Amino acid sequence: MTREEIIEKGQVVYKKPALLNDTPMHYCPGCSHGVVHKLVAEVIEEMGMTDKTVAISPVGCAVFAYKYIDVDWQEAAHGRAPALASAVKRLWPDRLVFTYQGDGDLACIGTAETIHALNRAENITIIFINNAIYGMTGGQMAPTTLLGMKTATCPYGREVSLHGYPLKMTEIAATLDGTCYVTRQSVHSVAAINRAKKAIRKAFEYSMQGKGSNLVEIVSTCNSGWKMSPEKANKWMEENMFEFYHLGDLKDTGAVK
Amino acid sequence: MADQEITLMKGNEAIAHAAIRCGCDGYFGYPITPQSEVLETLAEQKPWETTGMVVLQAESEVSSINMVYGGASSGKKVMTSSSSPGVSLMQEGISYMAGAELPALIVNVMRGGPGLGTIQPSQSDYFQACKGGGHGDYHLIVLAPASVQEMADFVDLAFTLAFRYRNPAMILADGAIGQMMEKVVLPPFKPRRTEEEIIKECPWATTGRIGGRKPNIITSLELRSEEMEIINLRIQAKYREIEAKEVRYEEYMLDDADYAIVAFGSAARIAKKSIEIARSQGIKVGLLRPITLWPFPTEEVKSLAGRVNGILSLEINAGQMVEDIRLAVEGKVPVRHFGRLGGIIPDPDEVVEVLKSSF
Repeated sequence: MTREEIIEKGQVVYKKPALLNDTPMHYCPGCSHGVVHKLVAEVIEEMGMTDKTVAISPVGCAVFAYKYIDVDWQEAAHGRAPALASAVKRLWPDRLVFTYQGDGDLACIGTAETIHALNRAENITIIFINNAIYGMTGGQMAPTTLLGMKTATCPYGREVSLHGYPLKMTEIAATLDGTCYVTRQSVHSVAAINRAKKAIRKAFEYSMQGKGSNLVEIVSTCNSGWKMSPEKANKWMEENMFEFYHLGDLKDTGAVK
Repeated sequence: MADQEITLMKGNEAIAHAAIRCGCDGYFGYPITPQSEVLETLAEQKPWETTGMVVLQAESEVSSINMVYGGASSGKKVMTSSSSPGVSLMQEGISYMAGAELPALIVNVMRGGPGLGTIQPSQSDYFQACKGGGHGDYHLIVLAPASVQEMADFVDLAFTLAFRYRNPAMILADGAIGQMMEKVVLPPFKPRRTEEEIIKECPWATTGRIGGRKPNIITSLELRSEEMEIINLRIQAKYREIEAKEVRYEEYMLDDADYAIVAFGSAARIAKKSIEIARSQGIKVGLLRPITLWPFPTEEVKSLAGRVNGILSLEINAGQMVEDIRLAVEGKVPVRHFGRLGGIIPDPDEVVEVLKSSF
């Protein structure tokens, strides 16, 4: 029996976007990536950009993003996605070009590529998943790991004298003249998911309107890296991550002509 | 004909003009001596106002090569240029492009190393260019120009080979060829391909799913070993085809030669002068100049071994190509190397003295 036969007409209350294919995701249960993938797919579909999107995947948990969202993808080297995106957008100006990167990729090894692409006002969007840890590699310290947080490479907790401070890349991005829209969102509740989707839509639209570069940070959970149940990870994120990484728009010059 | 006009320019400038004329879509680079004139000439020519070519100064060579990776992934004809230390920084991106089988052009105007080294000419990146350079089993198609004219001519040739085999190509020049001025006839103008032509010619490219086709994915990643081996074997088969079909070289006064010099680029020009001097003294010497360093003219060098009494590998380095010559001759004749280091160019007379004392 096919899915279509099971679902009777008029009974559908929820449907995933067609762009999100049926490949089983490799993400851990409770991980934020799946929700963000869905939002990205929905926005591309709703904007009618399915056939005009070129996406760049990172190295990290989202390295296989290209398996799940049915648009054209380029798989970048660690940290280099904004360089690829810059070139693609300049060579194909009418395409929707975005990168999808984690904190290690974007805020550590790719800091230079990120800041310079943003500051060149490349008409791209960077989706930045910040879960304060290297997930794919097995839970090592990230540039965004909070002070006191334990990881495989700071097993006694991150401390300033040994590891320095966590980096607020989104705040840095908001100071750059090249950025148009810089925002920090989350997907831990239905209300938050709705806000995050609006943010992604706005960023994609600004990039298509040639208004400059856009950064959407999603403060995310990594329950396996954090060694917490999905529910506890969400709660821990609310109590700890949001204290340091404040949610909301940091910059929006797109509405002004 | 205006297109046949002879002009005087530096090798680096010739690269820039040739890129515009051969329909290059994008150049991404970072300043470094002795090749900065490539980016400077492009910026001065403003091709974005004429052919529509994109020119962008990146924040680093790391970024430049990844812009090339992105542009090549979308089917565009894109390039970068740099000099030795900058090309070292690019090795990661070059490996990714070889793995993802992408056509692109990288120009290396070599300077002496190791490290920051010197800004004077050298040929000491032969190993890096011809033996992989970055991680993994791969090759670039490597062209070695010996004149400003060849700097201009090899841009289009490199792109042609790169697209024919979906493989990155390199022009391996040196600071002397990049900086010296010579007369040159620039190639005729060729229009950039239209977006429709790119989509048709590069059905693998990430151009967006125009026409609702299936998604294209450009990646060098495959975690399943059995699949990754198949990908590697396919790439190796491509390399064997390139070795069989694309070897290029020049022979000079080899017909009656008792001894042969094998040299590329600037060193080949010095060799020609040395041959003239040696022949005036009754020593019959000829030159084999590899134009493709990879694929290396192995068979041609091997056949030399049956015709001459000794081979001198003249390189502006400590002895790199000499290894490929020795592999080719299989010990049949003595093979010597001579080179100068640190940015010093060998003198034709000292080469003759080396020839006399070597064999």
